[in-house]
Amino acid sequence: MAGWLIRRTLFAFATAWAISMLSFVVIQIPPGDYVTSYIAQLQSQGTIFTDDEAQALRDLYGLDQPVILQYFRWLGLMAQGNFGVSFEFNRPVLDVIGDRFLLTIVVSVAALLLTWIVALPIGIYSAVKQYSIGDYAFTFIGFIGLAIPGFLLALVLMYFGFVLFDANVGGLFSPEYAQADWSWDKLWDLMQHMPIPALALGLAGTAFLMRIMRANLLDELRKPYVVTARAKGLTNSQAVLKYPVRVALNPFVSIVPFVLRDIVGGSVIVSIVLSLPTLGPILLKSLIAQDSFLAGTIILLLGVITVVGTLISDILLVILDPRIKFKARGG
Amino acid sequence: MATRAAGKRRPLLRVQNLKTHFFPDEGTVRAVDGASFEVCAGQTLGIVGESGCGKSVTARSILRIVEHPGEIVEGEIRYLHRTDGREVELDLAQISADGPEMRQIRGGEIAMIFQEPMTSFSPVHPIGSQIVEAIRLHSPLGKREARERAADLLRQVGISRAEARLNEYAYQLSGGLRQRAMIAMALSAEPRVLIADEPTTALDVTTQAQILDLLRQLQTDLGMAIILITHNLGVVAEMCDTVVVMYLGRVVEEGSVDAIFHNPKHPYTRLLLQSIPSLHSEARVPLPTISGAIPHPYNRPEGCPFHNRCPQFIPGTCDRHVPELQALDEEESDQLVSCFLYHEPTDERA
Repeated sequence: MAGWLIRRTLFAFATAWAISMLSFVVIQIPPGDYVTSYIAQLQSQGTIFTDDEAQALRDLYGLDQPVILQYFRWLGLMAQGNFGVSFEFNRPVLDVIGDRFLLTIVVSVAALLLTWIVALPIGIYSAVKQYSIGDYAFTFIGFIGLAIPGFLLALVLMYFGFVLFDANVGGLFSPEYAQADWSWDKLWDLMQHMPIPALALGLAGTAFLMRIMRANLLDELRKPYVVTARAKGLTNSQAVLKYPVRVALNPFVSIVPFVLRDIVGGSVIVSIVLSLPTLGPILLKSLIAQDSFLAGTIILLLGVITVVGTLISDILLVILDPRIKFKARGG
Repeated sequence: MATRAAGKRRPLLRVQNLKTHFFPDEGTVRAVDGASFEVCAGQTLGIVGESGCGKSVTARSILRIVEHPGEIVEGEIRYLHRTDGREVELDLAQISADGPEMRQIRGGEIAMIFQEPMTSFSPVHPIGSQIVEAIRLHSPLGKREARERAADLLRQVGISRAEARLNEYAYQLSGGLRQRAMIAMALSAEPRVLIADEPTTALDVTTQAQILDLLRQLQTDLGMAIILITHNLGVVAEMCDTVVVMYLGRVVEEGSVDAIFHNPKHPYTRLLLQSIPSLHSEARVPLPTISGAIPHPYNRPEGCPFHNRCPQFIPGTCDRHVPELQALDEEESDQLVSCFLYHEPTDERA
C-alpha cells in the first residue's frame, strides 16, 4: 500500500513535469514573441521602435535562446520559487497571480462539492424510482443542465440574483473587502459570493454525475447481494443505502478528475463573465499578449490542480473499494 | 419411513394456490400460477423444474422479496410464526412486505441461501461485517458478542481460521468457502426454515457434495426445515423427503421422493427422469429429451400448460381445461398429480 502510494505520487510529479514542458512549448508555438506584440502595440500608439531597442529587449528576457534553454532557465528559476516576470504586467508572475491561485482552488472545490451534494441524492432517487415522474423530471433538468453553457447560466444567475435577491453579483468579494487582508469577515463575504460561481461552474458536472450515479446504481440494484441483504431482514431502503449505493460510489469518485478538469478548464469564460479574481481571466490575457512566463505558470498551476485532484480521487478509491487495494498490493 | 411419519405433523409452512405475477409494460407474466406445497420441521422439500418454471420466484414470494413489477396476486403462505414462546399462524401473503413482522421472519425465522455465492456477498464489505449485521438484526447482541457468534458460525460450517476469515472479502474466498460463509450467515438467527435456491449449481462436484453433507448435518443438529430448489434431480434424490415438480409456474406433481422417482405419474415428471443419464442405460443411444421448448411467458398455452409438449396429449381435453393438483385414487398414497390422465376435468372454463 505504501509502495503503491509512493509510486502513484511519483507518477503525479512526472505528469506535472510533463505538463510544465508542454505548456511552455505550446505557448512558444505561435509566430513571434512577446517583444513582437509589444512593438506592434507601441507602434499602433505612434511610438517608433528601432531594431536595436527590440534586440535589447529580447536579450534582456533571453527570448533569442533556443526554447529548450528558455524552458530550463524557467524550470531553474521555479525551483527557487521564482516563476519569472510577467512582461504584460511588468511584475513578478507570483505577484500577478497572488491570491488568484488559492481562490481558483476554493471556487473549484466549492463547485465540486455542490456537484456531489446535489448529484448523489438525485442519482439515488432516480435509480430507485426508475421511470417515475420524478426520475423523468430530473432527467429533463439534467439534460438541460448539460446543454446550457456555463457563461450563459452565469449571466442568467447574475440577473436573477440582482433582480430578485438584490445580491451583490459578480466577483468573489464585496468592494470593501476586495483589497482587504484576510479576516473572518472577508471569509464570510467570500462564502456569500460563492453560490453563483459554484452553480454556474458545477451545473454541467452535476447533471453528468447524476446520470452516472443513476446508471451505476441501476446496475448494482440488480446484483444478487442486494437480494441477500433484503433476505437478511433489512428494509429495502436500508439494504439499498448500505450496499449498492456504496458500490456505486466507486465510479462516482473515479469520475471526479474529469469533472474537476471541466470545472477548472471551463472556468475561464465563466470567470470573465462573473469577473472572478481567479486564474481564468489573466490566463486569457497572458495568452493574447504571448506573456510566456505568466501563461506557462498558470497552465502549469491548473494542470497541477487537476493532477492533485486525480491523485486524491485515486487514494479515495482505494479506501472505498478493497478490490483495488488487493490489486494495488499485487502489482 | 420415518420422514413420512414426520409428514403427518402440523406443517411449519404451507403454501396454498400461490400466484405471483409480473406486470411489465409488455403484458402479464404468470411466473407462479397456483403453487401448493407444505413443509414440516426437520424435513426437506425439493422443488424441481426447468429454468423459468417459477422455482426462484416461489422462494422469493415466501420471503416477500419479489421485485417490482412482480406481485403476489392470489393464494396463501401459512407460516407458524413463533412469538413470545407461542406459535401463531400467519399468512405471509397478507402482511406488509416491509413491516416489522415480515422483517423479523425474513432472515430470522426463514432464511435463504443463493446460487451464486460470489455475487451474493457485497464485494466491498468484509464477510464478517455482513454476518454480524445479520446477527444483530435478529438479536440484542452487542458488536463484540455478535462478532464472536459470527466466528462460531463460521466454525460450525467448517471454516478454519474463523477469526481471520471475518476480515476477508468475498473475492478472497474460494467458491466452496463462500457458500459455507453464506450458509453461516443464513444460520445466524437459527432459522426454522432454510430456503436453498440452487445452492450447489455454481460449485464443482466435490464441493457440491461437501455442501450437501453440511446442509444435512446442520438440519440434523438444528431441526430446521429445508426447501431445496434445484434442477438437479440427483441432488433431490440424495437430499429430499418430498418433491414438488413445477412446470410453468404450476405444481404438476407432488409426492415422496420414492414415489416421484419410482412411480412418477405426470408425463412431464416421467420425461424429466428419463432425461437423466444413467449407468444402466445402453451405450451410444441418444438420451431422451423433452420435445419442444418452454413456451414464451407471454404466450402460455391454453388448458394444461404442458399439453403442447406432452406425448400423451388428449385433444379436446388438455388444450381446453386446466387440470387441478389432486390425490391419486389408488391406495393410501399421498402422491398428488395434476393431469387429465388421472382425473376428469372438473372446471367448466374453456
